[in-house]
Amino acid sequence: MKLYLEFFSIHFRSAMTYRASFFLSCLGHLLITTNVFLSVVFLLDRFDSVGGYTLPQLSMCYSVILAATSLAECFGRGFDAFSKLLSQAQFDRMMVRPRPLAFQVLCQDMKPTMLARLLQAVVMLVWSVNSGAVAWTPAKALVLAGMILCGAAVFFGMFLIGAAMCFFTLESLEIINIFTDGPREYGKYPFGVYGKPVLLVLTFLVPLALVQHWPLQYLFDRGPGWYGLLPVASLLFLIPCALLWRLGVRHYRSTGS
Amino acid sequence: MKKYWSFFKMRLMAGLQYRAAALAGMSTQFIWGTMEILLYRAFWLEHPERFPMGMESLSAYIWVQQAFLTLFALWNWDFEVLESVKTGSVSYELLRPTDIYSIWMARSIAGRLARGILRMVPVIVVAGLIPAPYGLRLRVSPAVFGLFVLSMALMVLVVCAYTLLVYALTFYLTDPNGLMVVSVAAADLLGGAVVPLPFLPEGLRRFAELTPFGSMQNVPLRIFSGDIPMTDIPGVMGLQVFWIAALVLAGYALTRNGLRRAVILGG
Repeated sequence: MKLYLEFFSIHFRSAMTYRASFFLSCLGHLLITTNVFLSVVFLLDRFDSVGGYTLPQLSMCYSVILAATSLAECFGRGFDAFSKLLSQAQFDRMMVRPRPLAFQVLCQDMKPTMLARLLQAVVMLVWSVNSGAVAWTPAKALVLAGMILCGAAVFFGMFLIGAAMCFFTLESLEIINIFTDGPREYGKYPFGVYGKPVLLVLTFLVPLALVQHWPLQYLFDRGPGWYGLLPVASLLFLIPCALLWRLGVRHYRSTGS
Repeated sequence: MKKYWSFFKMRLMAGLQYRAAALAGMSTQFIWGTMEILLYRAFWLEHPERFPMGMESLSAYIWVQQAFLTLFALWNWDFEVLESVKTGSVSYELLRPTDIYSIWMARSIAGRLARGILRMVPVIVVAGLIPAPYGLRLRVSPAVFGLFVLSMALMVLVVCAYTLLVYALTFYLTDPNGLMVVSVAAADLLGGAVVPLPFLPEGLRRFAELTPFGSMQNVPLRIFSGDIPMTDIPGVMGLQVFWIAALVLAGYALTRNGLRRAVILGG
């Protein structure tokens, strides 16, 4: 853990060396996600509600997804950009070092600029709490924290799958973006809004609805209490991800010098 | 003219090489379009009376938008050009007996077409098979369709002229990143990528339509979906022509002046 923090501080300092460019890319990330939120604001301005959700509730919904993706993208960057590691044969070097492989990949790359989005998520969350999106109890606050953390874990699992596939294809597959960048954009609404088929896929195949749609029902008093426990179930998704990663590592043959 | 044509062809051929990337991009766009339509469907089923355009029109808008995404997307910068200005290797171009602004223009248009051509057909075919009101249908007369094609061509020129203006400004800024991210965000919002302009509040919509971003994807998409009445089409296309002229003149002047004062170091 101490080593990990050390690495984080290295990446943070190296990003801060070019201060102007650090803030510019923060601004760039922020503008994209602000636009996403603005689209919700404009549509709700016209339609007042969708699926029975109000604007503060949707703001909470998006802040959960945004916080989860930015955490995953900041700390899971090493897996997100794994194809680069492979094609430059840096992975070979990692294999001879006396530390777990996954740990080394995690330390290899981080993306501190994503913390700007985390800040946006916090602002939206505070706003939605102040506008009375939820009648709070301590249990609900706990569920909200669980949604964000487990959500980050699910996104991280998808980076892991993407990285594992790189072992077989040697380049990154854009297809995985549908499940990483896509939900960051479409998670602005609870997935139930998109209809049953989408909800089913995101519940059983890629369990993003377990950290967003279902527990939100509990937070907004629209569903039973056990929905609040579902984020924990989403962690099961990490098992196949980890297995795939292992399979990939075993399959690995160096790309050369 | 012939030399610009060959630049155009070279770029087009190079772009057509990336077939796997086009395939991946296509499926992404297809899923994106589906999600977008499912979302608007939820609003439509709940409040059909507050919908500013018919669901069929909106479906047409979204599918054409997805099919031609690479043509409008401002973020398809030509990084080779940007790098050449930043590093100074643009000086090589000066040795050529051709006008640099025109070369950039030919490159930009070809780059966009090359990425667009491979992707659009499959998306259009599949979207055409989806049942109404969620699929892609031609909802306007052949004459209006002709105007759509024309405004699409004008749109490509507006977008390219805008990107060229940014490249030209790079002579003065050295780091164009800030300008680029702000441009992309503004174009997404004011050009109808975030939400189609008819869904925006009235005042903002009017403002957006007058900006250069409003002359980009907004115009052809709304002509195609039948959202702009026949009588208004000459006006909006006139505005497109105005922006092309303004952006090209500004970009051309800035490029010439930028090159004249540029001091390129190195040996």
